[in-house]
Amino acid sequence: MDVLRITTSGSVDDGKSTLIGRLLYDTKSITQDKMEALQAASKRKGLDFTDLSLLTDGLIAEREQGITIDVAHIYFSTPNRKYIIADTPGHFEYTRNMVTGASTAQVSLILIDARKGIVEQTYRHFFIACMLRIPHLVVCINKMDLVEYDEARFSQIVEDFQQLLKGSFYENKTVKFVPISSLYGENVVTKTEKISWYKGGPLLEYLEQITFDENDRIHPARFPVQYVIRPKTEQHHDFRGFAGKVASGSFHVGAEIVSLPNGQRSKIKTIEKFEQQLPSAHAGESVVITLEDEIDISRGNLLVTPDAVPEGRKEITAQICWMDQQKLTAGKTYLLQHGANRIKVKVQQLHSVTEVTTNLVQEKTEMGLNDIGKITLKAAQPVFADTYAANPANGTFILVDEFSNATVAVGFVE
Amino acid sequence: MSSIQWQFPRALEDEAIYILRETAAQFERPAILFSGGKDSITLVRLAQKAFHPGKIPFPLLHVDTGHNFPETIQFRDWLVESLGLDLIVRNVQDSIDQGKVKEETGKYASRNALQTVTLLDAIEELKFDACIGGARRDEEKARAKERIFSVRDEFGQWNAKIQRPELFDMLNGKINIGENVRVFPISNWTELDVWNYIREENLSIPSIYFSHEREIIERDGMYWPYSEFLNTTEEEVPFRSKVRFRTVGDMTCTAAVLSEADKLEDIITEILAAKISERGARIDDKRSEAAMEKRKQAGYF
Repeated sequence: MDVLRITTSGSVDDGKSTLIGRLLYDTKSITQDKMEALQAASKRKGLDFTDLSLLTDGLIAEREQGITIDVAHIYFSTPNRKYIIADTPGHFEYTRNMVTGASTAQVSLILIDARKGIVEQTYRHFFIACMLRIPHLVVCINKMDLVEYDEARFSQIVEDFQQLLKGSFYENKTVKFVPISSLYGENVVTKTEKISWYKGGPLLEYLEQITFDENDRIHPARFPVQYVIRPKTEQHHDFRGFAGKVASGSFHVGAEIVSLPNGQRSKIKTIEKFEQQLPSAHAGESVVITLEDEIDISRGNLLVTPDAVPEGRKEITAQICWMDQQKLTAGKTYLLQHGANRIKVKVQQLHSVTEVTTNLVQEKTEMGLNDIGKITLKAAQPVFADTYAANPANGTFILVDEFSNATVAVGFVE
Repeated sequence: MSSIQWQFPRALEDEAIYILRETAAQFERPAILFSGGKDSITLVRLAQKAFHPGKIPFPLLHVDTGHNFPETIQFRDWLVESLGLDLIVRNVQDSIDQGKVKEETGKYASRNALQTVTLLDAIEELKFDACIGGARRDEEKARAKERIFSVRDEFGQWNAKIQRPELFDMLNGKINIGENVRVFPISNWTELDVWNYIREENLSIPSIYFSHEREIIERDGMYWPYSEFLNTTEEEVPFRSKVRFRTVGDMTCTAAVLSEADKLEDIITEILAAKISERGARIDDKRSEAAMEKRKQAGYF
C-alpha cells in the first residue's frame, strides 16, 4: 500500500475546505462524533450549514478569525492507498506555508471558482507548483453548480489555464482538469448525470490511479549518512553500519560506492532493514549499509555510485523562499542544512526577487518574509548537491539562523 | 468493509525510523515518553528497528499518574524486561506531595493535567533535550498543526504562531540552552495505521485493548471503568460488562467501549466501522473545543 501526498491551498471562498470535507465524508473517514461536533460548532457560529472548514482550522486564532493560518495535515484512506493532504492558506502572507505544504507533495491540487476563473491566487499556486516541480497537477473547477454545470464555462477556464502552461514546467506533462461541485459532491468521489458531458471520471478516481515511482528510477543514487551504528557487543563486535534513508536512486549489495566529501571507495557488503538482509535499497527506504572496507565515514557524509558523482560546490546559486520575519542580510553567515550535513555559508549576492503572480523578475537589494528570489552563497566546505531540476531529493537545502536557530529559508539549487 | 485486508503503508515506517535517527544524531539526551499505550509501544518497536543491531540509544520516561490501569503497568515492566530497555519513572504523587500541583476534586477529578508539571520537572532534572512522543496529527485538530520537531521554551510551552517550517524531510533540531524539543515520529499515522502495524509486526499490547469483563458505570452516555480513583455519585451504580479500551490513559479519563473483539482483526474491523473517533473516548478532551491546544501551550505533549 502506498501513500499519495497532495498539497492544496486556497481561501474559504474557493470551497477548498468543503472539498476536503467532502473527500473525508464520502470515503467515510470522518466519524459521527466529529461530524456532530462540527454541526454544533457551526450552529454556535450562527451558520445554517455545517462548516467543514472547522474540521481543518485547528487553532484558536484560526477559528476566531475564520481563516487558515498554518499547514494542516488531513488523512484519509481508500482500500487502495493512503492519502495525506497538506492544506495551506492561499494569500500572499502565507506563501511560505504554501511552499512548506508543497514540499512533500506528489500532487498539486489547484482549485478555481467556476464563476471567477483564474484569479491572483491561481497564479501563486501555479508558480509554486512549477518551482517545486510537483510531478502531478490537478486543476479542479469548483462550484459548477453556480454556473448551471455549463460545459462552455468549464472549457473556457481550461483554455485560459492552458495559456499559463506554455513554456512552464508542465508544458508537455499531463495536467488534469476536473469539473466539480464540492458542496453537492458532484464528481468528487462519484460521477453524476449533471456533468455527463465530461469525459473523464471523478476526482478521486483520477487520484487513485496516479503513479509516481518510475520517475525515481532515473535519478542518481544518493545516500546521506544519518547515524553510525556501532553496537560494540560481543555478538556484533566489529559491526559498523551506516544508517540513513536513500534519498534517490538505488543501491545494490556488491556494488561500488564513493563516500563524499573524502572520495574514498568501497563495496557494499550488506544492506539491512532490522533483521532482514536486502539485495538492494531504493529511494525512500530507511536502511543500514555496511561496507567491505574500514573507511572513515560519519554523519553528514554522502554515499553515491561512481557512475554519478555530484560536483562539490563552494559557490551555490539557488532560488530561495524566505521564511523569517527578519530580512535576509547580504554578507551574513547562516548554516546550510543539506541532507544530514550542516555547513557554514555566507550570502554573497542577492540577484533578484520574483513577483510571483506576474512572473516578473526584479533586481532587488532586499528580501523579506515570503519573498522568492535568487541568491548566491559561498560555502565553507563543498556541498555535494545536484541541481533541483536534475534531482529534487538532493537539490534542496534549508538555511538556519545561527543566533535564533530558526529555519529562515528553503533553497532550490540551480 | 470488514472483508478488505487493509495494509500498513511501509513508507510511514521508513519516515518514522528516519526521524528517530535524526533525533539520536541531533540531540544529546533524548528520551521516549512511554505511557504503555499502543502508540508508545509502536515507538519502541520503531526505535528498536532504527538502531538495530545496536541498542536503543535512549531511555524510556514514564510519567506515572498513579491512576494507571494495573494491566498497563504490568505490561510496561514486561516490555522493559524482555527488550532490555532503560526505564525511568517519575510520579505525579511526588509533585502533589511537594505542593507543586493540587489534586482535582469533584466527580470529574483526574490527574491528566497534573502530569504536565511532573513531566517538565523530569525534563529539567534529567536534562532531556528531546522527548519523543507518540502523538499523531489525526487525533485532534490542534495536533494536526504540530511539527515533527516541536520546539518548546524553558517552560515547555508550545507556541503555534512561531513554529519552524518543516520542508521536505529536513529537520532542524537546533535549540538554545533551556529549550527542548518534542519529537513526533508517527505524526502522519492514523489510528488505523497503528493497528495495522501492530498486526503486521505481531506486537504485544496490554490486555485491556481486548474485550474483557469489567466493572463500569455509565456517565454522560459513556462507560467509565469503575475504580478506587473514580469519584462517583450515589446514582452511579457499577455493573459488569464486556468492554475494551481503544485508547489507554488514566482510569479516570478513559472511557470503555462495549465490545466482544478479542483479536486484532476484530479490533480493526471495529475501528473501520466505528462511529466515534478515538479521542471521543477521552474525557480530558471534552472539557472544551480548545482543550488540547491549551494543554499543549502549558507544556503537555
